[in-house]
Amino acid sequence: MNGEKRYCVGIDLGTTHSVVAQADIQQGEREKVPIAVLGIPQLIAPGTVEERWQLPSFLYLPHPEELKEEDRVLPFGDKTEHIVGTLARELGSKTPIRLVSSAKSWLCHAGVNPKQLFLPIEAPQEVPRVSPYQASLEYLKHLRDAWNYRHPEEPLERQHLVITVPASFDPAARELTFEAAKEVGLGQAILLEEPQAALYSWIQQSEGNWREQVKVGDVILVVDVGGGTTDFSLIAVSEEEGNLQFNRVAVGDHILLGGDNMDLALAYLVKTKLEQEGKRLDSWQVQALTHSCRSAKEQLLSDLNLDRAPVIVPSRGSKLIGGTLRADLTRAEVTATLIEGFFPHVAIDAKPLSRPRTGLTTLGLPYAQDARITVHLAYFLSRQIGAASDLKGVTLTEGARFLHPTAILLNGGVFKGQPLSARLLEVINRWLAEDNAPPARLLEGADLDLAVAKGAAYYGYVRLGGGVRIRAGTAAAYYVGVESTMPAVPGFPPPIRLLCVAPFGMEEGTEAPLPPYEFGVIVGEPVQFRFFASTVRRDDPAGALLDQWSEEEVQELAEIEVTLPPERYQPGEVVPVQLAAIYTEVGTLRLEAVAKDSGERWKIEFEVRGRPSQGQTEPTIEEGQPQAAEETIGESEQERRASFWPFKK
Amino acid sequence: MNIDFSRLPETLDALHLILGISAIVLLFLQVLTLTFTVLALLRQSTKTPQALAKPVEGSPPSAITERREEKPTPPPKPIVLREPTPDAALQLLSLLQSEARLLDFLKEDISAYADSEVGAAARIVHEGCRKVIEQHFDIAPVRTEEEGSRITVPKGFDPAEIRLTGHIVGNPPFSGVLVHRGWRAAKVKLPQLSEGHKVDILAPAEVEL
Repeated sequence: MNGEKRYCVGIDLGTTHSVVAQADIQQGEREKVPIAVLGIPQLIAPGTVEERWQLPSFLYLPHPEELKEEDRVLPFGDKTEHIVGTLARELGSKTPIRLVSSAKSWLCHAGVNPKQLFLPIEAPQEVPRVSPYQASLEYLKHLRDAWNYRHPEEPLERQHLVITVPASFDPAARELTFEAAKEVGLGQAILLEEPQAALYSWIQQSEGNWREQVKVGDVILVVDVGGGTTDFSLIAVSEEEGNLQFNRVAVGDHILLGGDNMDLALAYLVKTKLEQEGKRLDSWQVQALTHSCRSAKEQLLSDLNLDRAPVIVPSRGSKLIGGTLRADLTRAEVTATLIEGFFPHVAIDAKPLSRPRTGLTTLGLPYAQDARITVHLAYFLSRQIGAASDLKGVTLTEGARFLHPTAILLNGGVFKGQPLSARLLEVINRWLAEDNAPPARLLEGADLDLAVAKGAAYYGYVRLGGGVRIRAGTAAAYYVGVESTMPAVPGFPPPIRLLCVAPFGMEEGTEAPLPPYEFGVIVGEPVQFRFFASTVRRDDPAGALLDQWSEEEVQELAEIEVTLPPERYQPGEVVPVQLAAIYTEVGTLRLEAVAKDSGERWKIEFEVRGRPSQGQTEPTIEEGQPQAAEETIGESEQERRASFWPFKK
Repeated sequence: MNIDFSRLPETLDALHLILGISAIVLLFLQVLTLTFTVLALLRQSTKTPQALAKPVEGSPPSAITERREEKPTPPPKPIVLREPTPDAALQLLSLLQSEARLLDFLKEDISAYADSEVGAAARIVHEGCRKVIEQHFDIAPVRTEEEGSRITVPKGFDPAEIRLTGHIVGNPPFSGVLVHRGWRAAKVKLPQLSEGHKVDILAPAEVEL
């Protein structure tokens, strides 16, 4: 056994599927390095193990009597308590109260603590719950064990490792992903944004021909529609010392909308049709209907001569013929639901509709309320109009209303349906034509399902000096809220000013200059800061103080917190600190409180959202209304706020 | 008597001759018995069903190559017919039932139903069976030529691959019309089973609580 790292491994830790790919460092050279995808052994039925390319990101918490011990074996590791993968999804389709799904989306949910045990949400009291963090941990553990089973001589702990995250993940969610990797022994991992991974995969697949397909001044729009999320990124091509240089200049918001929504939309359409014929469907049949609609959709989208495809819902009992329901899905319906429903022609200045959330009665994921992907895209492109203005070679035509993409890279299984990708291109080109800009072209040859993992593996290889890299810093500027020193007006919360702690575009491994503001922190007591991010304010330096900002350009994230341990100081002492921001090599943001006098540093924690009291199982969600919460503050809270003053030097 | 161990005998006497010959004969006998033991063991191991943990290996093509390795068997070769293991068959049935509802379909009396109803169910069976076959086998035609075209069957062809029919006379190469392209399983990849997994349960009974 040698201690040399032999592989660059890429893990696509997806919302609905996970994939592992590897690049063998010893083989191939530069852009021609071969990339292989790992077959992941997983339970596909009780006691039945099979290798699949994708590991469904589902976790099933079986009843102790439900499965025999020998039915839960895997070729590696011990008998698992929880089921991961295909079997989890299968069992969960019939017993949803024990199924954990979309754990990844919960990591980026501002209202809950991702380490709190509350999944599955709908589970009755006696089901032992897990946290979204734990679920991610289990998926990673499974992938690690699968790798080590296949490569006992080259354990994953000792290979180069890249894990992908959505470009829209906030610092807390990135930190959690890395922490999970560290906990399963993969602390050497670095993070990469999924749309970038897709572009890396495209570069690798072109085997060097990409230089003929992109040129200086190109703006590549990456549209990644996964099973549950939609992610946009803009990557501009500039020239540096005679070489082409990719720059990731903007990323979109976190949109919980994806291919699964499309299948569900079709299923509800067919369900209505069946119900009009007087046929009732139970919830299992709706599931089966969704599956059947997916294959009917794929048929209709791949064979353009087909006018209709049958949708069949088998009965649950052993009488197959008698109890089977049948309906037809027509091309017109698919066009109306998918193309007009998800990819309609909209004006470039359209904004996504959002209805005010009806209270906080049920806890759930913040699914996108507007299903029109093109609207989200229009909003993204017009907000990011200035994203590439600093780059040489990238020019906008006079009177442009949005940043004009010149090339489009699609990712995600949704775009296997040629009419969908054609429509998306058509919509974008219509916007471009209205601005008198030349049409954008589609970058061909991307592997829609496995590209992210492959690109991640290739990125690991590129980092060793094997090829062209995408320059990508922080895709947002980060701020903490500072109460302004205005005289208090009864009944109004004091206005908040924003102090920029991390400017836009910080490069990996750099630290932002310390803002010239100090905060008094009481030793031994947790101090919370309101935390904000903006993906469009590019020019605020660290230390900038904003009095005015609009809700549209700045989003509030979950609060952050620091506690000064009482070792060096007397409890109760007030220590003046400054806030430092470091963008780590791993790709996470790290905030630290730096003591003014001693220079000592303490980490500021991100995961304080929805902080529960001990032993509580229901997540608390009053973080959504911090203002209201402040109305009813107690003694200690008064003190905390008193200690939280800004003063200028 | 004075015995000098460093001296070699200068002449060959009868006793040494006998000793030498018997040593050679015994060595020959030992080699012979060993060969037979190994062969007998080999045959036994192919006859017993394989361990549950990996029924995948029992696929026909690999079994054929195993048999070929036994060639140095002495002439009176007993004819051994292979006993197929039921595990892989049951496993495949179980897959076809869970993905394609094949058993439900075959066990149902279809005479009572209209063709349209049977057709609707057949689609489920067709789609599911196809998925199982595609996932677990690599199936390719034996001959890639168009059916109906004239092909030449060379000398020394494998009768397992090509079946001649009709007017079979003369010597190869033969020339004839390709009636059916044939199918070949290039790869079989059945899921692995845990020790103690009950393969005879093709589909469990389902009880909703």
